[in-house]
Amino acid sequence: MGIFDVYLLEAVINGVLLGGVLALLSLGLNLVFGVIDVVWICYAELIMLGMYAMYFLSRVYQAPMVLAAAICIVAVGVLGVLLHLLVIAPLLGAAPINQLLATGGVLFFLQSAATILFGIEFKNLGLRLPVLKVAGMFISYSRLLAFGAALIGMVLVYLFLTRTYTGTAIRAIAQDRQIMTLMGVDSRRIYVITSALGGGLAGLAACLLVLQYDVHPFVGLTFGPITFLICVLGGLGNLVGGFVAAFVFAEIISVGGLYLDLEWGYVFAFAFFIAMMFVRPQGLLARRS
Amino acid sequence: MSRWPGWIAGAALVALPFVYHAPYPLHIAILILIWSFAYTSWSAMGRFGLTSLGHGGFMGIGAYVTALLWNRGGVSPWLGIPLALLAGALLAVLVAYPCFRFRITGHYFALVTLALGGIVMQVITAMRDYTGGSLGYTPERYQGGSSLYALQFSGKTTWYLIALAVWAAGLYVWYRVDGSMLRYALEAISEDEDAAAAAGVHVTAEKLKITVVSAAMTALAGALYCQYQMFISPDTVSGISVSLQMVFAAVVGGLYVALGPTVGAVITILMAEVLRISVGTRAVGWDNLVYGALLVVFIVFLPKGILGTVLAHWQR
Repeated sequence: MGIFDVYLLEAVINGVLLGGVLALLSLGLNLVFGVIDVVWICYAELIMLGMYAMYFLSRVYQAPMVLAAAICIVAVGVLGVLLHLLVIAPLLGAAPINQLLATGGVLFFLQSAATILFGIEFKNLGLRLPVLKVAGMFISYSRLLAFGAALIGMVLVYLFLTRTYTGTAIRAIAQDRQIMTLMGVDSRRIYVITSALGGGLAGLAACLLVLQYDVHPFVGLTFGPITFLICVLGGLGNLVGGFVAAFVFAEIISVGGLYLDLEWGYVFAFAFFIAMMFVRPQGLLARRS
Repeated sequence: MSRWPGWIAGAALVALPFVYHAPYPLHIAILILIWSFAYTSWSAMGRFGLTSLGHGGFMGIGAYVTALLWNRGGVSPWLGIPLALLAGALLAVLVAYPCFRFRITGHYFALVTLALGGIVMQVITAMRDYTGGSLGYTPERYQGGSSLYALQFSGKTTWYLIALAVWAAGLYVWYRVDGSMLRYALEAISEDEDAAAAAGVHVTAEKLKITVVSAAMTALAGALYCQYQMFISPDTVSGISVSLQMVFAAVVGGLYVALGPTVGAVITILMAEVLRISVGTRAVGWDNLVYGALLVVFIVFLPKGILGTVLAHWQR
């Protein structure tokens, strides 16, 4: 195997690992969209707050990692519920665009609140996880961890949605919100649970991202757009489609970034996205054509 | 309704810099006019439910194409700006045509445009050998900084009048659209696309028209901003925050009335300046905090915006 192929293979493997994280990122957003029919434009900002929570809990207050992660997941879950109750619930009957814009306002609000409270300095956990060296390739341990946790998170969500009564109700609401209300499902309760779940997934993503990236108030802007694109590419609300799209995107970014700068990887991914809108406008795995 | 108040207000606006020409208030006035024009451009399509979250991309194209042609090719902005508008319009067609053709509406459309804004910003950053990347870019000064050929003026009064003229032209376009069949077609489309198509409205073509107009106008705003400020960076003319800022100001001012986006620009820019002056450097973030909270409050309680609500109340 030539030296070049090793780099390529490394990029492919890193792409798979990145795909796991992206899949986790899009999972919460997709779930919320599928059930409540609302796009949280400020989703990445919830993750940003989660990353700050991790930073303060584990770096400043010296909490053990697992405890910090648990608190972080619950806290962002509560944020998700607050977002739903304060902003989304009053707008449920309004035009979809108004809901989109309102969460855009929350984006501004959270970003600047973080700027005021935490300052604009880049902060990190200050821990350096070892790098795995396999057959001449360097694979970051933190990415491996993130990938594993992302997979476990997704399996848990899948089991929750398919094996529990509440999960079944959530999927039913996503399919037909009028009929299910008639059949005795309390849609408001389901919406709150879904928001908590979506927020919790954002919290989990935050725990994993903070291992690899510095946190600053605008960190949401770096992976927010890519999360939305993955959800649209997979078909908004289509969990499996989003999962597949995350890996496609991650490979494009990772392999494209190998040949040129990382920005070009993103440019390719964006261009691919727009090209796919020509070919499959309803998402990679369209539910109905 | 009599047209006299409008003409008097217009004359007062033209006369303003000759009577009162303190540089700082004039600078703020110019910025308000340029951004008002950009917001008006956004609302030209935004009012018909075509919510674009990627207009920062068009603005970036307008600014960077003009500046790059000038610095690299020595092309005067008089030719460069039309080329930049063309580039913006082409990009709009390239993205909007498949969107409209394949009936991508609502959330999907908003997110596709978000991707578009993201691409433009990433391309500008990635081509850092040409564009200076995130550090920004400066058009070269031509013969001491004041030249009609290079569209560079050191005097604020000249810029004020240019910005005023372009802003007025933007309002003129708004009124032309408002009084045309295009408006009725687009209103029908935003109510119910299938019904409009069944009634004989060519949905794709009508949407494409307004999108191209809106994109070209936004590119002009970007070019104008570049020529006035003589410094552009991906963050200030492109990117998501710029796109969201346009949406925000238009919604707060009033999406469905001609002067709504202008009112939005006046409020947001004055608020940012007042906060910056009164709170000083600690103000970083406070203006956006207030923006964000206001945006949410407005959408929940005043979806017509400030001017829209006032006018609706007045006409009753």
